[in-house]
Amino acid sequence: MNIQEFLYHEARLLDTGQFEAWLELFTEDATYWLPLERDQKDPLETSSIIHDDRTLLELRVKQARHPRAHARLPLARTVHQVGNVMPLEEKNGELRVASTLQVVEFRNERQRLYGALVEHRLRREGDSFRIAHKRVDLVNSEGELDGIAILF
Amino acid sequence: MAANEQLAMLVQPDRVHRSVYADPAIFELEMERVFGRAWLVLGHASQVPKAGDYFTTRMGREPVIVIRKDNNEIGVLVNRCAHRGAMVCAEGRGNAERFVCPYHGWSYDRGGELKAVPFVSGYPQGKIPELGLRAVPRIVLYRGFIFASLAASGPDLEEFLGPAKKSFDDFVDRAPGGELEVAGGVFKHSYNGNWKLMLENHLDGAHPAWVHASSVAVARNAPEPGKPGEEHYFDIAVRQMRQNGAPDAVWEATGIWSTRYGHGYMGDYHSDDRLVVGMGNPVFDDYRKGLIDEVGEKEADRILRVTLWNTIVYPNCSFMSQFRQLRIIHPLAVDRSVVYTYSFRMKNAPPRMFRDTVAFANVVNGTGSWVLTDDLEVYERLQRGLSSGAVEWVYIGRGYGRDVEEPGSTRRGATGTSEVFIRGQLQAWLAYMQKK
Repeated sequence: MNIQEFLYHEARLLDTGQFEAWLELFTEDATYWLPLERDQKDPLETSSIIHDDRTLLELRVKQARHPRAHARLPLARTVHQVGNVMPLEEKNGELRVASTLQVVEFRNERQRLYGALVEHRLRREGDSFRIAHKRVDLVNSEGELDGIAILF
Repeated sequence: MAANEQLAMLVQPDRVHRSVYADPAIFELEMERVFGRAWLVLGHASQVPKAGDYFTTRMGREPVIVIRKDNNEIGVLVNRCAHRGAMVCAEGRGNAERFVCPYHGWSYDRGGELKAVPFVSGYPQGKIPELGLRAVPRIVLYRGFIFASLAASGPDLEEFLGPAKKSFDDFVDRAPGGELEVAGGVFKHSYNGNWKLMLENHLDGAHPAWVHASSVAVARNAPEPGKPGEEHYFDIAVRQMRQNGAPDAVWEATGIWSTRYGHGYMGDYHSDDRLVVGMGNPVFDDYRKGLIDEVGEKEADRILRVTLWNTIVYPNCSFMSQFRQLRIIHPLAVDRSVVYTYSFRMKNAPPRMFRDTVAFANVVNGTGSWVLTDDLEVYERLQRGLSSGAVEWVYIGRGYGRDVEEPGSTRRGATGTSEVFIRGQLQAWLAYMQKK
């Protein structure tokens, strides 16, 4: 799988509801980050829309399956549209990859649209990759946002 | 518009009419009579440390600028040009010498005085000096928190806050030297529901087991949080989500108080196994030492033993003094609201204390939080249910008839899950609404 195919594969897992398989793409020491502020440097001194280690990301996936996860019942249907895939550098065994993401979410008679700049840090594993870090900078991260209950 | 007798019909001792949440005409009247009169929390002095520093916010729906004036006082100006009505300041924050209207270049100083008008010869002599940005008439700081009222007269802040003032003391006393600053970003979460729904939820001890059932369940099955000094990043999230699943008896034993003007607060429902680094933790011990250096051991221990969870200052604020989170609600429409959540750093505490505040904010108040998203979903379901005329009344009778009167016009719920605070909020609401 090349980088582009891997990112498409990741998006397809989300859009077909295979969250557990998506979670498996992340390394044990992975972080998953939706910063609150533009150009945010630090996830510890400034709040984030989401900042998960692997344990917390797993809780997020499990919550989606719980029979009383009100904001996730029904689960939203989504389309994750990945574009502008561009490898930036390879360092310390990790490949830094930039991309853009548009997500269309539909749930409860309401459609929402998100746009984001994304950065992955990928580790090669066999014919594929694992995600060591995923950063999703929503263009409206600093704006007034309704609750976010989907995965990016 | 609704006459006072009609308004009185809407709020009864143990029930409230759905139109209080769903009628646009009621909402319009609220903006005038509740948000146009009450003291509103606007923010904290640390947001405007130097002359010219400003941030924009709303008082009800009025766009305002909170600014540090040249005389070092804090002013609040209505963000609307005296000429044609454009907002003179784009939304956000910064430092300004002048506010220049983008439409015709009218410019105002930091006090809102009109200083320059292009084509000035076109106006009648003597007219220009009469114009300026409207200054909000009453502004008072209490221990760094900025309060303002759009009404020129009314109860003073002391009377307005009553016993709820102690919650602000708790907030500030916990910071060594009383030094607090807003830091770490602002969450702005919106929902399709009435503003009152949030305030009626924050002290509701009967909701977490149901609303937060899914996050409680996943947290219970999560790895165990580390011992003091061996914490993991995920501990704060796991602890808080588990805590929402505290047994009924814990919730029932938590105190709940409602005060005049609709404020309220609840005791703490956390055990000694504290969320944020607690007793026995090296970081917390460092923090405690710093506090002792300032106020002595006896006073430090008194401060740290105050157990308040949420405090509500009606009608626009809800805060968590122990965890340094303050939420300001802005009503946008009868069925649309936005909440700004601020975190505070204790300037003289170990840096790690603030990292825990940030992690806590993400879990509880974050737009993508496991916890908050379920609250927002329920607010929206409430609004949809209340928009239906098929059933007229909302029942708020939990604990009704068993409230305990306490000194200082304070009423305590019979148990921690009493709806006494909702009844108190709506009585205050009715008093504002009925006053012509």
